[in-house]
Amino acid sequence: MFETLTDKLQRVFDGLASRGRLSEADVDVAMREVRLALLEADVNYKVVKDFVARVKERAIGAEVMKSLTPAQQVVKIVNEELIEVLGEPAKLDLSGPTPHVIMMVGLQGSGKTTTSAKLALTLRKSNQRPLLVAADTYRPAAIHQLEVLGKSLDIPVHSEGDKVPPPVICANAVKRARESAYTVVILDTAGRLQVNEEMMAELDEIKARTKPQEILLVADSMTGQQAVNVAQTFNDRLGVTGLILTKVDGDARGGAAISMREVTGVPIKYLGVGEKTDALEVFHPDRMASRILGMGDMLSLIERAQSTMDQEKSMSAAKRMMKGEFDLDDFMQQMQQVRKMGPLSQIMDMIPGFRGVTKDLSPDVTDTQMRRIEAIISSMTLDERRHPENMNASRKRRVARGSGTEVQDINELLSQFKQIKRMMKQMSDTGGKRRGKFPGFPGLMG
Amino acid sequence: MALRLFRRSTEEQQADEQRIHDSLEKTRGGMFGRLGNIFQANEITEQTWDELEETLIMGDVGIETTEVLVARVQQRVSKEGIKRPADAQAVLKQEMLAMLGGSDAMEIDEPRLLTVVLVVGVNGSGKTTSIAKLAKLYKDHGRKVVLAAADTFRAAAVHQLQIWGERVGVDVIAQGQGADPGAVVFDAIRACQETRKADLLIIDTAGRLHTKFNLMKELEKVRNVASRQVHKAPHETFLILDASTGQNALSQARHFKEAVKVTGVILTKLDGTAKGGIVFAIAQELGVPVRFVGTGERMTDIAPFDPKIFVDSLFA
Ligand SMILES: Nc1nc2c(ncn2[C@@H]2O[C@H](COP(=O)(O)OP(=O)(O)OP(=O)(O)O)[C@@H](O)[C@H]2O)c(=O)[nH]1
Ligand SMILES: Nc1nc2c(ncn2[C@@H]2O[C@H](COP(=O)(O)OP(=O)(O)O)[C@@H](O)[C@H]2O)c(=O)[nH]1
Ligand SMILES: [Mg+2]
Ligand SMILES: [Mg+2]
Repeated sequence: MFETLTDKLQRVFDGLASRGRLSEADVDVAMREVRLALLEADVNYKVVKDFVARVKERAIGAEVMKSLTPAQQVVKIVNEELIEVLGEPAKLDLSGPTPHVIMMVGLQGSGKTTTSAKLALTLRKSNQRPLLVAADTYRPAAIHQLEVLGKSLDIPVHSEGDKVPPPVICANAVKRARESAYTVVILDTAGRLQVNEEMMAELDEIKARTKPQEILLVADSMTGQQAVNVAQTFNDRLGVTGLILTKVDGDARGGAAISMREVTGVPIKYLGVGEKTDALEVFHPDRMASRILGMGDMLSLIERAQSTMDQEKSMSAAKRMMKGEFDLDDFMQQMQQVRKMGPLSQIMDMIPGFRGVTKDLSPDVTDTQMRRIEAIISSMTLDERRHPENMNASRKRRVARGSGTEVQDINELLSQFKQIKRMMKQMSDTGGKRRGKFPGFPGLMG
Repeated sequence: MALRLFRRSTEEQQADEQRIHDSLEKTRGGMFGRLGNIFQANEITEQTWDELEETLIMGDVGIETTEVLVARVQQRVSKEGIKRPADAQAVLKQEMLAMLGGSDAMEIDEPRLLTVVLVVGVNGSGKTTSIAKLAKLYKDHGRKVVLAAADTFRAAAVHQLQIWGERVGVDVIAQGQGADPGAVVFDAIRACQETRKADLLIIDTAGRLHTKFNLMKELEKVRNVASRQVHKAPHETFLILDASTGQNALSQARHFKEAVKVTGVILTKLDGTAKGGIVFAIAQELGVPVRFVGTGERMTDIAPFDPKIFVDSLFA
């Protein structure tokens, strides 16, 4: 999972022959890499400093476990410490009398409106009766945006246009909720800069008039070093009760999560993972930690695979694989699926550990090879694809001519395919029970 | 300075400088605010370099670019025998400016029957607002502007652009939510060409994360619709970047450039405490210059990017 940092540390430790315990010198070199990795992930400079100091303290003199290399041992400590900082996932507090008021706050464009709708949907699924409140009277069409979302979910939206002050709208909404037996009121406030005194004072007033049980700070996972400042100011001023990190469906490493947790101590309650209203996830500290340690590219590769691959075709190919029926026709279809994802060299570049490897190959040599294989298989009859063992010398000559290749190439392909089939058979005999995971990316999807 | 379709008067230029300065002013004590302080000391010490590194990283410049910058300054300080911190500061400014690159003329300013500008970026970065600002800016300079509502995905996105269109006083061509963005662009260009009512068409697109393969393909299609209809269109493709974005902005710029040949960046929300230090890396690695800055939520809160003002303000 942690190829990038582990690989780097591996290299660092290769130069140091120490075994058994981690010496201070070992740890010092390792910490430089850890620091870099965290800074690249946008964890705040000062937060990194404290974090590295803590990890260092734990790492010096630490016993290296038998099953681990020193590099893996350091990564293990870093990972544990990250998970610790990220904290346990926490639920919304919906205890006590209804209606519960949830106030959404944050910078412009962070995702408050979308997340309000997502939360409303989630809460309705757990048998609450949510009321959405359009309290952004500034951004053009912000009210309309929430109304459209509410309508699509069939969840009522309280709005009073853009002429009534937001604190009044919010207070009225809570009153309406009480009268109409709504159990949760979600206040979608306007985005604002934490340094805008006037706008921050408006939040004070909304808070005073609605007594929210939850004040959720919605922050963009792509935020840089300023995350600290933003989170601290909102928290000092309002007493934030939870964080929601949005746009986690991209490739941002999300170091802002660490920064905001560290300065506020407030739990991360949800992650936004898409633009649709069902794209809300509970937070998993371990997944977030591995993301921060650098698997963003892997994530985008998976995204690419999911969006281009034909799930049905892949499933049927997988089934045939398991039954040992995989033939050249399936093989070609699978290959075409992979090619749809883009040039192979580009895809390989996204896999940690492979990066740079492709640079040494002549450009797109792999693509050329794939295209040649495709040409060969397309020149075969369906029957030949199903039963490659029937390929005799004259058939091979014909296919070679048809595909513009040599008989030698055909032989090579056929023998490689035989090997692949043998490997598949072994795999399905031993591990046939494991299912559901994306082939080749064990654990990443889980 | 290359030819510009409209020349900004001295007063206008001063107003721009003042506006950028005003919004950057708010950041004193913020991340970049300390850049000037570092060089207030009596001599250049190890601490100077440490503090410089810290300040640049906290300004989202990124560790790699920071190391390059610090090394360049250190090298010149030793080669040129610089002793005074103030001189080191001048060297740093020079190196930062060099990284941002020169600012040659923009395609959007070239005279043409119809100039097409495509605006792209991740969700919530400020595309629609920046389009309203551009429309206002160019309308005030005598251009005939029309907007195309090709964000047909986000709830009320079309309505948002229409409200801006009314406020600025320009036409908005739209088909509504769920329409094919390519078809919207096709219609918009046709309308501009047939009526000759416009010489500048600005296309609003839905926010999308650069890692979404299908959405990026969709954007390429939108671009192709424009290129098929108008010679060399889109003449300008602006990537909208939120100044508070961290290192991910580089990935954004890389992907969007690859997909739709971004010609310039508009750096938004500079009125906040973040200063968008990542633009140094973007200019350096991708050669994509910053063209405008957004400094607030009103349609007048925009200014052409001036590298010198930008760098100076980081030291203010
Ligand atoms: N403070 C400040 N806010 C800005 C600036 N530019 C845009 N905004 C705000 O940021 C939020 C998002 O702006 P939009 O223009 O809707 O962004 P977008 O990229 O079109 O968003 P999507 O279409 O939803 O992806 C709005 O609340 C804007 O008012 C700026 O320069 N400064
Ligand atoms: N990809 C992605 N986009 C999101 C997510 N949450 C919000 N958005 C988008 O981000 C943009 C701004 O969201 P919005 O809810 O209007 O933000 P607000 O200004 O804080 O209310 C919109 O384009 C949303 O569709 C998310 O988790 N993933
Ligand atoms: Mg909103
Ligand atoms: Mg928009």
